[in-house]
Amino acid sequence: MASASGSLPRYIVQRLLLIIPMVWVLITMVFILLRVAPGDPVSAAVGDKLSTEALDARRAALGLDRPMLTQYFDYLGSVVQFDFGKTISDNQPITDVIKNNGGATLSLTLGAILIALLVGIPLGLVAGRRRDTGTDVVIRLFGIVSYAAPVFWTGLMLRNLVAPTGWPSYEIASPITKFQVEPVTHILILDSILAGDTDAFLDVLQHHVLPCLVLGLLLAGVLIRLVRVNLLQTLQDDYVEAARARGIPERYVVRRHAFRNALVPVITVIGLQVALALGGAVLTEATFSWPGLGTKLIDYLTARDYAAVQGIITFFAIAVVLISILVDILNAIVDPRVRY
Amino acid sequence: MFGRLLAPIRQTTGAARWILLTGLLITAIYVILALFAPWIAPYDFNQRGIDGAKFTKFAAPSGDHWFGVNDQFYDVLSRCIWGARTGLHVVALSVVLSLVIGVPLGVVSGFIGGWLDRLLVFVMDALYAFPSLLLAIVFAFLLRGPLGGGVVAAALSLTVIYIPQYFRVVRNTTVSAREATYVEAARAIGAKNGTIMRRYLFGNVIQSVPVIGTLNAADAMGTLAALGFLGLGIQPNEAAEWGYDLSRALDDPSGVWWTGFYPGMAIVLLITGLTLIGEGLNETINPTLRKRRLRKVVLPPRHTTPTTVEGEAR
Amino acid sequence: MSQSVDTDLPVTGNVIEARDLRVWYGTDRGPVRAVDGVSFDIRPGEILGLVGESGCGKSTLGRGLLGLLPDGAEMDGELRFEGQDLLALSKKELFARRGAHLGMIFQEPLTRLNPLMRVSEHFRETLRTHHQGMDKAEIDRRALEVLRQMGIPPTRYRAYPHEFSGGMRQRIMIGLALVLKPPFVVADEPTTALDVLVEAQIIRILHDLREQSDTSLLLITHNLGIIAEACDRVAVMYAGRIVEIGEARSVFAQPQHPYTRELLRSTISLSTTGLNYIPGAPPDLVEPPSGCHFHPRCPDAMSICATRAPVDRVHANGTRAECWAADRAEGLLGDLPPSDLAPLTREEISDADEA
Repeated sequence: MASASGSLPRYIVQRLLLIIPMVWVLITMVFILLRVAPGDPVSAAVGDKLSTEALDARRAALGLDRPMLTQYFDYLGSVVQFDFGKTISDNQPITDVIKNNGGATLSLTLGAILIALLVGIPLGLVAGRRRDTGTDVVIRLFGIVSYAAPVFWTGLMLRNLVAPTGWPSYEIASPITKFQVEPVTHILILDSILAGDTDAFLDVLQHHVLPCLVLGLLLAGVLIRLVRVNLLQTLQDDYVEAARARGIPERYVVRRHAFRNALVPVITVIGLQVALALGGAVLTEATFSWPGLGTKLIDYLTARDYAAVQGIITFFAIAVVLISILVDILNAIVDPRVRY
Repeated sequence: MFGRLLAPIRQTTGAARWILLTGLLITAIYVILALFAPWIAPYDFNQRGIDGAKFTKFAAPSGDHWFGVNDQFYDVLSRCIWGARTGLHVVALSVVLSLVIGVPLGVVSGFIGGWLDRLLVFVMDALYAFPSLLLAIVFAFLLRGPLGGGVVAAALSLTVIYIPQYFRVVRNTTVSAREATYVEAARAIGAKNGTIMRRYLFGNVIQSVPVIGTLNAADAMGTLAALGFLGLGIQPNEAAEWGYDLSRALDDPSGVWWTGFYPGMAIVLLITGLTLIGEGLNETINPTLRKRRLRKVVLPPRHTTPTTVEGEAR
Repeated sequence: MSQSVDTDLPVTGNVIEARDLRVWYGTDRGPVRAVDGVSFDIRPGEILGLVGESGCGKSTLGRGLLGLLPDGAEMDGELRFEGQDLLALSKKELFARRGAHLGMIFQEPLTRLNPLMRVSEHFRETLRTHHQGMDKAEIDRRALEVLRQMGIPPTRYRAYPHEFSGGMRQRIMIGLALVLKPPFVVADEPTTALDVLVEAQIIRILHDLREQSDTSLLLITHNLGIIAEACDRVAVMYAGRIVEIGEARSVFAQPQHPYTRELLRSTISLSTTGLNYIPGAPPDLVEPPSGCHFHPRCPDAMSICATRAPVDRVHANGTRAECWAADRAEGLLGDLPPSDLAPLTREEISDADEA
């Protein structure tokens, strides 16, 4: 048998192929859901602003007068080409909306996940190691409350707290920074680095602190409980006892055997966390007036713009699937058993 | 069945037991507040004044208004108490609906197998992987039109998200139980599929439902508050809702902290209470996490047996 | 040629001396007397088999020797390893002896290796812990040497555990235990989870230990065939006590204790025509039967067996056993009243009792 355990490249290809059916299911669901709603999208969005003929023209332009199945295949076709259509309320290509606002959501989500990992993993390991002690109880309670507290409440409380200090708790950057930095990647924090503008970068970073902290704590809450439970189960595993029987000192047993093995499932969990993070991001953006896709989604929801909502949700669906596949691949790299 | 459920609870050690009891206590308080809101709350949920005089907008907490007054001239304490009623009502309804749809679906799917099973698993997995809040948003968005902004619409928006959770667990339990020998034996004596599902599989499956149910309720509460915050929850003139109050508190002048603090605290405490019940139950029911209560044993003094070790002649 | 084990053997020469060992667990119903007064010796290079039904306490005894008991268990008595009383040591000192002095081979090979670590890493960790400063080359050399003795080719050295079958994993485990050259190893049902052919290979390996080193082995099993194959001496355990112990050949040829006899009769071979079994079920270790624990199931039980615990004696063929019937057969019970020696009347063990 070859020394390389399983075939990593083959596994990656298998997982990538799965993207197609999974995304297809989600897109179809979104499509069905939004068509199931009574009334038609156009009148809902702009019904009171245009005359009947203009409304009819709009409908025809969007293809809404064609049979459902045709619309469906048209939609699938355009999605494959990364064309998510146009918004009804302000007639913008949705791809533009995503491009302009996706970056902010991305930096928020990644920052939050980073904080969640830095806070959640160590606390979870400590809690598991010291089971049923005071430390364990406090950490678990912290984890539960972190998740129970809505982001918009924590955010609001923090905003009230920092108001007197002048620390930024609104928007992604000061207006000057937004004006000055050249949108290359449309991810403001990256663009400020690319522009070599230290002031701008620090400004954007400062603005990130509160929102990322708030969302990160939410994710950390879940992570703590998961890591703790994994560690508890790993500590009971047979190979841990076998290592002890060979005289390996307890601290090495815990570190090398228990901690490492307990953290392997965490990688999968991070994939689930992304789903959680996206939901939380929408709320966080609303709390901090963060110019991301979440805010846009809410705006379009309020405007009853079906096309925009459909487009943004479809994009989220694809993003979630891609990330979960990525996580699966990461998992295969770390855990040799998975590749078989 | 209750006997089987309760036995491990009695065996638990300190931490798991306290967690469970604390959670039950907190939740019980909320249930009482919800049930007796009309008598406990000082004012009605949309009451703006008393005896003709309006309340003072943004009044700070005081003897008249323990939690102060918000920007809509409502008494914050009353809103919190009435909110408990709304919240528990919606969540209870949605959990029951999710259960009633998800569990039988899981049993049937797991038992029958075949293409139906595979299709359902695929769809449920996709639903499960998708951010639950976004799904709730889509459903709330859709149901607003036909059903208005009441309790039923809100509950239905939540129901769909949680069906996959019940489905998955129940289906997996069913699939493993289906191959068990006692099911084979039942089939051998001619039991119909329906009977088998009902009598043998249901019991096994029931075990995990309480844990999922409570954690579900906790999550649903959070999602409901989120929907309310986004304006997709209960209409303000129908009932009080904590999330909605928080959305209004967002724009309140700085220094007015009570309009956001108290409704939010209400959410945090209820979700914490429900989660504690779930975690406590999980520790007791999940055998790997359970820590048996150990008794100290004291050995009586040793009898040195007047023995000969082999090799020595007697 | 045998490799010498570098230990200092005390005057008596025994690697292990156990006297009146007890291991009791606390439960809600009362203490479980898993090991209830056990005494034995093990000489260097000797293989002692420990045999008995499931639940008789043999696994507990094996683990107790290494201090691997779960929380809530209490052990007392005397346990000398190379002359030193292990029970008088602090936990830390006892732990220090694990691996290099006291080895363990577990029952379930499939889960005893860390799935994320290569076999080579397992060996490196083990050797580095006990021989700090040993360089990589020396570690690998020792590991490969012991693996070769186990029949594992060097090409598999860097593989992961899941790439091996159960039998191979058990051989790796044995290798891991032996690479440190401990003077004493406990093997707790090492082949129970494996199929018969693989079992034969493993037993052969354990048996050959005798030729290759001075390592003593306590081989715990419920399979008498293995005892016959590989062990010098055998101890038969029942309800927490050793009821018979002696040279394997002697015990098999002339079993003194009725339980041993019944065990031997119930083994199946190609010449078996009818199935023998011992009626009844293993006793409750919280409240074991009075007197001799075996009396409810013993075909030779007398009245005295239910009231007084039998005395440990060395019998004519050199084995040590505790049984009134055996004593009577040797004419040692002359001064007891005949009523004591009358056959024991007891209710037929109904099928329900066996549950």
